[in-house]
Amino acid sequence: MALLEVRELAVSFGGVVALDHVSFSVEADQVVGLIGPNGAGKTTLFNIITRVYKPGAGAVLFDGTPVTRLAPHEVIRHGVARTFQNLALFRSMTVLDNVMVGDHIRTRSGWLASSVPMPAAMNAESASRKRALEVLDFVGLAARASHPVATLPFGTQKRVELARALVSKPRLLLLDEPAGGISHEEVDGMSRLLRRVHTELGVTMLLVEHHMGFVMGISDRVVVLDFGKKIAEGNPSEVQRNPAVIEAYLGAA
Amino acid sequence: MLQRIRTAPPRYWLVVVVVLFFAGFPTVISSFQAGQWALALILAIAIMGLNILVGYSGQLSLGHGAFMAFGAYASAILAHRYKMDYLVTIPIAGLLTGMVGFLFGVPALRLSALYLALATFALAVVMPSLIKRPVGLTGGVQGISLPPVVVPQLAKDGFTMLTGSAMTSDQWVYYVTFAYALVLFWLAWNLVRHRAGRAMRAIRDGEVAAAASGINISGYKTLAFGISALYAGIAGSLLGLATGYISPDTFPVSLSIQLLVGAVVGGLASIPGPLLGGIFAYFLPIESNQWVPTQTWIPSQIVATVVKAGPAVTYGVVLILLMIFAPNGIVGLATAGYNRLRRRLRGAADRESGHIPPDPQTV
Ligand SMILES: Nc1ncnc2c1ncn2[C@@H]1O[C@H](COP(=O)(O)OP(=O)(O)O)[C@@H](O)[C@H]1O
Ligand SMILES: [Mg+2]
Repeated sequence: MALLEVRELAVSFGGVVALDHVSFSVEADQVVGLIGPNGAGKTTLFNIITRVYKPGAGAVLFDGTPVTRLAPHEVIRHGVARTFQNLALFRSMTVLDNVMVGDHIRTRSGWLASSVPMPAAMNAESASRKRALEVLDFVGLAARASHPVATLPFGTQKRVELARALVSKPRLLLLDEPAGGISHEEVDGMSRLLRRVHTELGVTMLLVEHHMGFVMGISDRVVVLDFGKKIAEGNPSEVQRNPAVIEAYLGAA
Repeated sequence: MLQRIRTAPPRYWLVVVVVLFFAGFPTVISSFQAGQWALALILAIAIMGLNILVGYSGQLSLGHGAFMAFGAYASAILAHRYKMDYLVTIPIAGLLTGMVGFLFGVPALRLSALYLALATFALAVVMPSLIKRPVGLTGGVQGISLPPVVVPQLAKDGFTMLTGSAMTSDQWVYYVTFAYALVLFWLAWNLVRHRAGRAMRAIRDGEVAAAASGINISGYKTLAFGISALYAGIAGSLLGLATGYISPDTFPVSLSIQLLVGAVVGGLASIPGPLLGGIFAYFLPIESNQWVPTQTWIPSQIVATVVKAGPAVTYGVVLILLMIFAPNGIVGLATAGYNRLRRRLRGAADRESGHIPPDPQTV
């Protein structure tokens, strides 16, 4: 059984059909690229999987569980974490605090235990801090832990977001343009980092990205959307030769 | 242990100094002044509650005076009608108010920021008339007179031993208030820097990302309402203790505004902020009403307006000045000044990497 199964997913905003009965699946341990011109519906698909939007029709199954019936905050507890296209960091907080928020589901102390500082809660707190620092080390930002996140360069903030998603130990990671808007050198760094996330941490990934070299190099399979419709699917070399894909990209350019 | 004390950051020393100051100085001021400072601390407690809601969880309340009223009446009724010891009623009133706040927070979830502001404001507006209804319970417009404060013998003896003078009831009330303020500020400080408070701050900074991180948005938002109301309830209860008499007029709409101004002026999302805000909100109208008429350069019409309208004008002027010169309140101003000083001391070499928080009072 596939880890993620998207079935006949459809949604429209007013008159705009953002997703038009899209189906595909992501096998465990794969990296699947999701590409398509701007406005194709890639971010919308992520937003439906993470319950920001309700689908008009269709279903999303994660490991057999219908995700669309979960509350937004329950999705990550089932093992699906995400990053955001336009960064959604907690801007008034430090890097470490941001990543510790990502660790929320791995601790359970409530408000009273937080306030009275119960020993158990404080132990959980330091364990959480330790995990956050480990992940920051993994993405190469250990030295930035105490910095206010908003003061960091854009590319660095993207890695903080990745760390925040990783600390929850997700089984599936949804990455929305991790290399969008960052410099050339940083794109290579991000590409290496994501390979390590896949090989060292064993995280399955669904990757939206516009840098073609990046997606094609890392993905086992690629799904192509255009105007909300799936127009192609296959391994990277097949997809790159697909006339419909070439047409969509040329048409958009 | 010694090592830890030696390496403690400067702000811990500041806390020690402030605590010692507040513990000691009622012995050198008059009993009347101690009573005034008790009222300032009561406002500080309520403002801390408001700060947890507004500053840390990002929800606006223009009606926290209503929760103070609820706490005050809960205590007064328990003490007056059910003959409970007033000191015992304080935590009970806090918990009851907390529950009411929690319940109020549930429908509040459905409201956008603007409508939440209106709904809480409406609560503050209707509270006095709500109180007047059950005359048998609340005494209606007459209010409730509380039994005189009895200073426990132990406190009297201890005070006499330390200062050589007898403890007045105002001084006793001050110390009760101070003890509550100390504990409640400590709890708040712990809350905001650990898991639950981090979740609230995350919600304030971005709900979508917070939910994607597994934070139950509605759960924490109502929780913030509950905790916030608990603080207001205890403050209200202490207010009854301090004034000895409460009536619907003790909790006008302007009290809620006073709390909000105090929270903003002190500095939102900071722990020392509400203390400064409380002192400010209590003393500013008193001081300005005395000071303004003595200033000959201020046109007489303005003097007349200030004296007549009282706090409202002064609050308005100060709020506008602060929005222009110190958008992060007094604490923000102080932190910015401190950071500037530190940067200068550290020299230019560090300047590149010395990231100075634009919003330094997160915790
Ligand atoms: N919240 C929304 N309200 C209205 N239209 C939306 C909303 N979100 C997305 N859309 C529309 O859906 C389409 C797909 O957008 P999106 O998923 O962001 O595309 P992509 O991420 O592939 O660039 C676009 O036409 C966009 O304008
Ligand atoms: Mg997008």
